[in-house]
Amino acid sequence: MSQTLTMRTPGPGQGGSEKRERVGRRSPLRRFLARPEVGSLIGAVVVFAVFFAVAEPFRQAASFSTVLYASSTIGIMAVAVALLMIGGEFDLSAGVAVVTSALATAMFSYQFSLNIWAGAALALALALGIGFLNGWILVRTNLPSFLVTLSTFLMLQGLNIAVTKLVTGSVSTDNVSDMDGFASARAVFASSIPVGGVDVRITVLWWLLFAALATWVLMRTRVGNWIYAVGGNAESARAVGVPVKRVKIGLFMTVGFFAWFSGMHLLTAANGVQQSGEGVGNELLYIMAAVVGGCLLTGGYGTVVGAVIGAFIYGMTRQGIVYAGWDNNWIMFFVGAMLLLAVVINMWVRNQTSKR
Amino acid sequence: MNRNRRLPVLLAGAAGLVLAASACSSSGGRQEETATGADTPELTIAMITHEAPGDTFWDLVRAGAEDAAAKSGVTLEYFSDPEAARQATLIQAAVDKGVDGIAITLAKPDALQGAIDNAAAAGIPVVGFNAGIDHWQDAGLIEYFGTDETLAGEAFGERLDEVGAEKALCVIQEQGHVALETRCDSLGEAFEGESETLYVDGANMPEVRSGITAKLQEDADVDYVVTLGAPFAMTALDAVDDAGSDASVATFDTNADLVGAIEDGLVEWAVDQQPYLQGYLAVDGLWLYGTNGNVSGGGSEPVLTGPNFIDQDNIDSVAAYAENGTR
Repeated sequence: MSQTLTMRTPGPGQGGSEKRERVGRRSPLRRFLARPEVGSLIGAVVVFAVFFAVAEPFRQAASFSTVLYASSTIGIMAVAVALLMIGGEFDLSAGVAVVTSALATAMFSYQFSLNIWAGAALALALALGIGFLNGWILVRTNLPSFLVTLSTFLMLQGLNIAVTKLVTGSVSTDNVSDMDGFASARAVFASSIPVGGVDVRITVLWWLLFAALATWVLMRTRVGNWIYAVGGNAESARAVGVPVKRVKIGLFMTVGFFAWFSGMHLLTAANGVQQSGEGVGNELLYIMAAVVGGCLLTGGYGTVVGAVIGAFIYGMTRQGIVYAGWDNNWIMFFVGAMLLLAVVINMWVRNQTSKR
Repeated sequence: MNRNRRLPVLLAGAAGLVLAASACSSSGGRQEETATGADTPELTIAMITHEAPGDTFWDLVRAGAEDAAAKSGVTLEYFSDPEAARQATLIQAAVDKGVDGIAITLAKPDALQGAIDNAAAAGIPVVGFNAGIDHWQDAGLIEYFGTDETLAGEAFGERLDEVGAEKALCVIQEQGHVALETRCDSLGEAFEGESETLYVDGANMPEVRSGITAKLQEDADVDYVVTLGAPFAMTALDAVDDAGSDASVATFDTNADLVGAIEDGLVEWAVDQQPYLQGYLAVDGLWLYGTNGNVSGGGSEPVLTGPNFIDQDNIDSVAAYAENGTR
């Protein structure tokens, strides 16, 4: 395996962040192998190769655009979830929070006859509020984030359906596609842009932009250092003056922002109608993408680039099975196998490179 | 462009070695199977539903679709996802593949419209079945095969009146599913007695059982439990026992177990929308359209597959087919 790797390595992976290395003087190969996203990169190459060989439609540019789109819908949230996990916490409410934001935008706009953007602003406040609440409860109670966000997850799941039914009398929202601002919101959140003769969904571009931005924050700013420090060891971080609580609450609010963004995409892509019962289970896909990409469950380690690759693997697997014409009952099995494989490779590579 | 194309080939070659070395033979075997299995069929048809995995209803739909495909030499590819956005992506994938026809369930029509438009732009005919009777024409589908949920609900309510029911409990197994809500709503409107809706989590049978039990214990007036899917009727029977209630059970939809239960007189009746027929007709409709330009229903009317009552009077004619997994 490492032979294949040496041939692939020189270009892409090294660009970002030599500064952060703890490993000192080592060969470029070892330095590369020590990177958190190596396991996922190997996985991505393997998955790509498999589907490229097996599924003829997978080779077309239009299909690849669909794969990227499927990846981006998970990937945008995975960016925020990876940041949060590097900061040492989970957010199980992330999946339904996306739907909450979409529902809130539709209902605020419709019920108060607002411009969609005004409804979206209220929904953004709500999404940030949910994130703040998660973080605030966490730092006040010192309960594990697993428990805190499990509670908000279940509560939001119930609220989504109950409030929607209460307000609209139905289980989906009223159609807002004919309201002011919908067309421009759609252009921002759910349009397609022709790139080299292929329509690329705009979420793909947002995804890459957000990933680049988050990587820059992590690698080049003080806040980025704080996130690693808080996730690595909160006590020592506090001792050297890192505002641990504010960092954690901020991370949860970041997840809230991205949930809002994804929710806006859901709503605009669905022509202004949002079903209230959806989103359950997606939170684990975000975590899956981050972990495949090298984030540790214990925090303090990982990259956003890894989470991007993790989401890409998910998108390839999910759509590749369709292009190959396989039975789609197997999709989740393959996603799970991918996760296991990536985690094992990550661990193995880490052990190998830390040996001397 | 050229450079881009060469890179994936290189990657493929390199990773192919890795694959062989790591003995991932399962993908290899499968791959050859799909590659060599082609007897140059005339059409490839994709069927994409909102099935939540593990409901027997969809086995019947698939059985019908597969039989129709086998009969007509069609290659059938079946995919499903209960989440609307992901169902739309599956449709997009079928469009990318350039299949000859797509059959979809329009349970959440708004979210699928973009993908349907893309199919139309690519010249791929799309038919609807099972869900979306009010939306298929607006969405631009050429045909529709299914039941009118409002009619089915009303027929059910009238039947309840006939047997002199006083209070019905309508059990919805999936919160947020428009067609299921329609069934309970129109049942309630046609039924002269009182009706109440109970939501349960259909993916979690023990919870369905305890949910119905608790409701029956709390409200002794309920004399009919109405379920919206065959597996839930079987669970409702257990719940009625648990609660010590003397309520009867009647249901929408059937499966093999349920046919047995009607034979034994445990379940009073089932309103059948004939899922096998829906799957069969959807594939056959596309085949006819693709090979002979026929449009079932003329493009303006849905092709109805129900409602069709199954009870003790006609159960014998159904039972034999249920054994085969086609009713």
